[in-house]
Amino acid sequence: MATIAATAPRARRIRRALGRHPVGLLFVLPYAAFLVLVYAYPLGLAVYMSFYDYFFAAPGAVVERPFVGFDNYTTAFGDPIFLESLGNVVTFLVINVPLTVAFSLVLATALNAKLPLRGFFRTAYYIPYVTASVAVIGVWLWLFSDTGLVNSALGPVAPAPPWLVNEFWAMPMIAFFATWKQLGFYVVLYLAALQNIPSDLYDAASVDGAGALKSFRHVTVPGVRPATTLVVILSTIVGANFFTEPYLLTGGGGPNNSSVSPVLHMYRRGIEQGDAGYAAAIGVLLAIGVIVISMVNRFILERD
Amino acid sequence: MLTHKKRFTKRGRVTAAGLLLLLVAAACGGEEAADPQQAAEATGPIKIWYSNNPEEIAWGEKIVKQWNADNPDEEVTGQEIPAGETSEEVIQAAISAGNAPCLVYNTAPAAVPQFQKQGGLVNLSDFPDADSYIEERTGADAAQYQSPEGGYYQMPWKANPVMIFYNKKIFEQAGLDAENPPLTTHDEFLETGQTLIDEGGVEAAIWPAPTSEFFQSWFDFYPLFIAETGGTPLVEDGQAQFASDAGLQVADFWSQIYENGLAKKEAYNGDAFGEEKSAMAIVGPWAIAVYGESIDWGVVPVPTADGTPPEETFTFSDEKSVGMYSACENRGTAWEFLKESTSEANDGALLEATGQMPTRPNLTDTFSDYFDKNPEYTPFAEQANRLQEVPVVENSIEMWQTFRDSYSQSVIFGKQSPDDAFPEAADQIESLVSEG
Repeated sequence: MATIAATAPRARRIRRALGRHPVGLLFVLPYAAFLVLVYAYPLGLAVYMSFYDYFFAAPGAVVERPFVGFDNYTTAFGDPIFLESLGNVVTFLVINVPLTVAFSLVLATALNAKLPLRGFFRTAYYIPYVTASVAVIGVWLWLFSDTGLVNSALGPVAPAPPWLVNEFWAMPMIAFFATWKQLGFYVVLYLAALQNIPSDLYDAASVDGAGALKSFRHVTVPGVRPATTLVVILSTIVGANFFTEPYLLTGGGGPNNSSVSPVLHMYRRGIEQGDAGYAAAIGVLLAIGVIVISMVNRFILERD
Repeated sequence: MLTHKKRFTKRGRVTAAGLLLLLVAAACGGEEAADPQQAAEATGPIKIWYSNNPEEIAWGEKIVKQWNADNPDEEVTGQEIPAGETSEEVIQAAISAGNAPCLVYNTAPAAVPQFQKQGGLVNLSDFPDADSYIEERTGADAAQYQSPEGGYYQMPWKANPVMIFYNKKIFEQAGLDAENPPLTTHDEFLETGQTLIDEGGVEAAIWPAPTSEFFQSWFDFYPLFIAETGGTPLVEDGQAQFASDAGLQVADFWSQIYENGLAKKEAYNGDAFGEEKSAMAIVGPWAIAVYGESIDWGVVPVPTADGTPPEETFTFSDEKSVGMYSACENRGTAWEFLKESTSEANDGALLEATGQMPTRPNLTDTFSDYFDKNPEYTPFAEQANRLQEVPVVENSIEMWQTFRDSYSQSVIFGKQSPDDAFPEAADQIESLVSEG
C-alpha cells in the first residue's frame, strides 16, 4: 500500500509534465531541435565567445583563448567605429521605420481599393523585395553615381560629392534603399490586416459624414494597429541588422565609415580580422539594443 | 498565484539548464588534427585547391594529371577554390571546420599570420629541405615571406608586379607622347593627368577603387610608397614606415589627384579602364590578357617624387603563395607535389598559361624563350626583380584596415591632413603589430 501511495504522486507528476496528449511532444520535438541547433546554440556560443579573447582555430590546434571578462564589451564602448555604427543605426531607423509604416499603409490601402490594374501594381511593389539585393544595388549605383540619371536630372543642384560617397547623404540613401526594397513585404502584411476591418465600420463612418481621409484616419489606422506593431518591430529588427547595403552600395561603409553598420563592423572584426570574441560582444550588444527598442515600440504602440 | 510561480520557476530551471548545456557544448572542441610528426612523413592521396580563373584551372589540371600519371599511389585531387566573398574567408572557414585541403595555390601573404595563429598552417621549415628549396627558388626575396619566428608558413609562388598601364589612343588624343609618356615624376604625372581630363575626353585620368576594403591600399598608396622608399614595407621591425617624409610625399601626391578631380571619389560600377572612362590603371601582367586585344596599351613603372629610373624602381608584388594546411594527413606527398608544381618546368608552364610571374629571380634569363615570343610581358618580368611584399606581422588585416581608414579620411576625402592622420595611424598600427 505504501509503495502504491508513493508511486501515485510520481505518476501524476509525470502525467502533468507530459501533458494531456504526450504524443504532441513528439510532434514538437523536430522544431524544438531545430530551434536549439540553429538559434539557441549559436546564441549561447556567441555569449560564451564574447567573454574570451576568442578566435576560430583548427580542430585540435593548441591555442590560447583566455577569459577576458567584460573586456570585449568595454573595448566596444571605446571603439569609435562601433559607436559611429550605432549612430548610423539610429539614423537608419529614424528614417526607415516611419517611412516603411507610412508608405506601406498608404500603398496597402490604395491597393486594397478597386483600382484598375490592381494585380499588376501589387506585383510591381513586391518585385524589389524578391529580387536579389546585389542586382538592385547595381541599379542604384548607376542611378546615384556622379554621372548617373539622378544627378543628370538635378544638374547643378546635385550634391557634391555624389550621394553614395557623400558623408551627409550616404546613410539616408541606405535607409531609402532599404525602405524601397522591403516595402512589398510590409504592404502584404497591411493588406492582410485590412481584410479584417469590418466594412460596417466604413459604412457607419460614411453615415456620420466622414470622407475618405477621415475614414482612413479613424477607421483604417486603428483597425490595423496590431499590424503596425508588427511592421514597426520587424522593420526595426531587420533594419538594425543591415549589412549588404553598406557593404555593396557605399563601398564598405564609406565614406569615412559614415555608413558603417554594427553588422558590417562585426564582419570585418570577426571574419576578416579574426577577432571573433570582440565581434561576438558587438553582436550581443546589438541584440540587447534591438530587443530593448522593440519592447519600447511594442509598449508605445499597444497601450490604450 | 503559487501554481503560476511554481511553473515559472520550473521553466526558469529548464531554461538555465539548457543554456548551461549550450555553453558547455560551445566550449568543446572538434575533431583532432593530424599528428604533425607522422603526417610529415606520410604519403597517400591529397587534395589541393587552386584559383578559379580559367587559365589557372587549366594549369592546375595539367599539373595534377601529370603527377597522377607518375604517382598512382599518391593521387592528387584538384579543384578550384570554393566560391565565397573572398578566398581568405573560404580558407578560414575550412581551417575552423578541419576540412582544409593539403595545399591552396591562392594564399594571400596578408592572411598568413592569421591562418598561422589559428593553427591552420604547416611550418614548411619542418621539412628538412624546405628552407634551402624555397630560398634557392625565390632568391633574396624569400626573406619577405618568413614569419617573425623565422619559419616559412607559406611558399612564395607567383607575383603580379604592379605597374601603370595606359591607353595609347587616349594619350594621343590628348596630344601626349604615347610612346614615352611623361609619367616618371609626381609632377609629370599630375600634369599629364590634367591634360588627359582636359583634352583626352575621359572622366578620370586614373581610377583606383576609393572604397574602404583593407586591401585597396595595395593598388594606390602602397606601390608608390614602395617606389618612393626603394622597397620599404609598410611596417619594418615593428615600426610603421608610412608616416615618414616619403610616405607623406606619396599621400600628398594622391591628395592632389583627388583634389584636382584626376581620380573619382566613388567606385566605378564596371571596368573604368576597359570602358575607356579612365586613361590609366594600376595593374599586374594579368591585364595584358584582359585588355590586350581591345586596347592599344603601354606600361611604365609607378611614379616617384623625383623620378626613379625604371631599372631602379620598386613596386608592390601582389603575390600569391602556396600554403600547406594542418588538416593535411599526407604531408610527405603534399611537400613533394609542392616542389614538383613549382619546378622550373612547371613555373614555365604557369607563365605560359597565365602570364603571371613565378617568384624566381631573373625571369627573363630563366624563361628567355617565353619572353622572346611574348615581349609585351618583359617589362613586368624586369619589374619582378624589384618587389616588396606586405609585411608578415601580427594582426596584419587589422593593420591594413587601420591604414585604409586613415588614408580614406585624409587623402581621399580630405577630412584631416595626412600630416596629422598618418602619425595617429602609425601609433595604432605599431600597437597592433606588437600584440603578438
